[in-house]
Amino acid sequence: MKAAVQRMTSSIPIRFNASLIQQQGAFIALVLLIIYASLSYENFLTSQNIINVLKQNSMIGIVAVGMTFVILTKGIDLSVGSLIALGGVLSAYLTNVNMILALIIPIAITALLGMVNGLIISRGNLEPFIVTLAMMIGVRGIVFIITGEQSVIVTEGAEYFYYFLGNGLFLGVPFPVWLLLLIVGISWYVLKMTRFGRHTYAVGGSENASQLMGVKTKNIKVWVYVISGTLSGLAGIILAGRLGGVAQPVAGNMWELDAIAAVVIGGTLLAGGRGGVIGTFIGVMLLGIVLNVINLDGTLNSWWQPVIRGLFLLAIVIIQAKIMNTKKLKT
Amino acid sequence: MLRMESITKKFPGVMALKGVSFEVYPGEIHALMGENGAGKSTLIKILTGVYQRDGGNVLFDGKKVNFKTPLEAQEGGISTIYQEVSLIPNLTIAENVMLGREPKTKWGSIDWKKVYKEAEIILSSLGITVDVKKSVNEYSTAIQQMVSIARSVSMKAKLVIMDEPTSSLDDKEVEVLYKVMNQLKAQGIAIIFVSHRLEEIYKMCDKISVLRDGSYIGTWKTSELQQESLIARMIGKSEREVASLSDKREALDKSGESVLIQLEGVKQGNKVRNVHFSLHQGEILGLAGLLGSGRSEVAKIIAGIDGKEEGTLQIHGKEVNLYNTKQAIQKGVAILTENRKTEGIIPNMSVRENITLACLPKISKFSFISKRKQAKLVDQYIRRLGIKTPNPEQKIKNLSGGNQQKVLLARWLALNPDLLILDEPTRGIDIGAKAEIHSLMDELSANGLSLLIISSEFDELIQNTDRIIVLKDGVRVGELQGEERTQDNIMAVIANEGGIGEGKEATVTHG
Repeated sequence: MKAAVQRMTSSIPIRFNASLIQQQGAFIALVLLIIYASLSYENFLTSQNIINVLKQNSMIGIVAVGMTFVILTKGIDLSVGSLIALGGVLSAYLTNVNMILALIIPIAITALLGMVNGLIISRGNLEPFIVTLAMMIGVRGIVFIITGEQSVIVTEGAEYFYYFLGNGLFLGVPFPVWLLLLIVGISWYVLKMTRFGRHTYAVGGSENASQLMGVKTKNIKVWVYVISGTLSGLAGIILAGRLGGVAQPVAGNMWELDAIAAVVIGGTLLAGGRGGVIGTFIGVMLLGIVLNVINLDGTLNSWWQPVIRGLFLLAIVIIQAKIMNTKKLKT
Repeated sequence: MLRMESITKKFPGVMALKGVSFEVYPGEIHALMGENGAGKSTLIKILTGVYQRDGGNVLFDGKKVNFKTPLEAQEGGISTIYQEVSLIPNLTIAENVMLGREPKTKWGSIDWKKVYKEAEIILSSLGITVDVKKSVNEYSTAIQQMVSIARSVSMKAKLVIMDEPTSSLDDKEVEVLYKVMNQLKAQGIAIIFVSHRLEEIYKMCDKISVLRDGSYIGTWKTSELQQESLIARMIGKSEREVASLSDKREALDKSGESVLIQLEGVKQGNKVRNVHFSLHQGEILGLAGLLGSGRSEVAKIIAGIDGKEEGTLQIHGKEVNLYNTKQAIQKGVAILTENRKTEGIIPNMSVRENITLACLPKISKFSFISKRKQAKLVDQYIRRLGIKTPNPEQKIKNLSGGNQQKVLLARWLALNPDLLILDEPTRGIDIGAKAEIHSLMDELSANGLSLLIISSEFDELIQNTDRIIVLKDGVRVGELQGEERTQDNIMAVIANEGGIGEGKEATVTHG
């Protein structure tokens, strides 16, 4: 048994010291926050509250997983918020046509827009920040044009299905939470155990070297934006579902920043090549629980929440930089 | 194995290669020599598919080839080891070796066990023992280079091009590289070797081909080409002129001059553990030691880049504590660090701006730069140092390494320092420019400037300094003056920790 464990751990390419150190910050903070919250607020450790926190953060979590892929290649995707809105709105419209198409087409379109991002960035050799910013602004405009700034409600009868997508329980756990866990699991496997995953890290580590070593860097860069776009569209549909089948044109506003914050807090470096989706999951939960605690407390002005989240992000980033520096000195 | 026939390459405004022909045979180490701008890199880039040729043929392994990308060249059997290691720092050694051809399990995921095992086999076949599960950036540049070599060999390279592979290695690491090179040679792999260090060319290479100004000058057996004639062919001057270039500086005894810098028991971390020396007005002092001996770290302490934990630093007889380079500059100490690209030039700024960057306060009033004073200063230094640039507005990144280095020298000289520290002043610079910088050092010291020179080339120290301090593992282990300054003595001091310099002092006191 022990030998088997050793074989397991030694065959998995996580450099435990490095990646754990990066994730430790977030992980320790998460544990401390959970301890603090459970001691201070008796409602915190109830299954109802835990499920609520998971459910509320599952969509941002799904988006943040896609963002992790992008950031690992040293990129950034600012268009996710707009793609969420587009995904939700298109899905709601398409319920008039066909339920299955209402699920497939919006995701296909956001995936395609992600591919457009990736193609422009990789073939045109342009800054991801600017390209996805353009996509973010443009798509948001299109969403407002096609909706006439009104919310879109799914066709009659479909709201139950959508409600299930956003809220329904399966084995006592909400459907979107299952979805998030599934996506985190698959992504972890892809990043650690497949060529595509390793090449994603390679591109983030050194694009030039990767190219010289035969990695199809441009393709990798396209695919990470496709993943990000796909997951954004999916999150948009779930978000519409959470509101009982109502898709809002303002959905996902500023989510790109929350997603980036969660990814960074989770230990994925904006410089690329280091980090992973487990850290991102921790980062999402950390930010989610901060919000939850403020709500449970009830005495704080709710506008303190962004202030605390901002400070939190800053603190984590500073700690990470410190850790990275000491690590550099050692080697 | 490789035959390049009358290769031409035109760049806008320049004919980079004018019909170069060149042959390499299996199992030979072939040096490609020439000054910067002679066309070596262009030729190599054409061979490896980075550039496309405008004319001529390339025959490789009996077939006409025309590689469009470095990847194609690699797949065709030509691998290149670059000066800056081209591995992926955040991945493990094994992943780097196996990248792009990772063995898979039957489910399509990567078979990590196999990745590690195969990487280990590949590395050990070249006698390299490393932990393949550690990430690349935990190892030295030398090991990283070996890993790239191992990778290319395992990809069935028949021709390995090494572009200044030793420029960032210390002597011990270079030995390891030599061993690997000999191993490749024994396997029938041909090596094209590009280096500015004549010493290693003569030690390792079977043949030498020379390029000059984009033209092919010729190919000789190493044993049949004297160093002087090689240099003469590279720079296109007569052998007599060349002989005068490599004159050894006659060591001057400056111990009578006033002491400018005095270090006592300086310690910082585990890199600098116990260093003391004094530096006199107008003296050229060399700091010798292997990589990791703390030579650069000592320089950084004097220049105010790093602080010291213990010991004292006196400048002009007054004890000082420097917290930043600005203070050091005010005290008359300037440093030109070893990293020209990252810590020296501002690539997108002009030569003019690069020269006057540090001395802007001197030529400006209320933050407004006097264009007239600036132009005057810039012209003066371009002339004095012989900086080859079409005009002062040229971006510095377009200049050759030697000229960039001169611009940086100008930057610091414009501050009129008392001490100029030069860390690897001629690394990666061609022979002509190197000689110019050396004679400039001579001239500067004659004018009363003190110089502290650090170089991993002992010859450079021996030929251009008055006195050499030898460091080992952060400790001063010896001092060599006058005729004692020989390569053997430096090595002996390092090996015996004080056989010659300090040993003598010891025997004197005991006697």
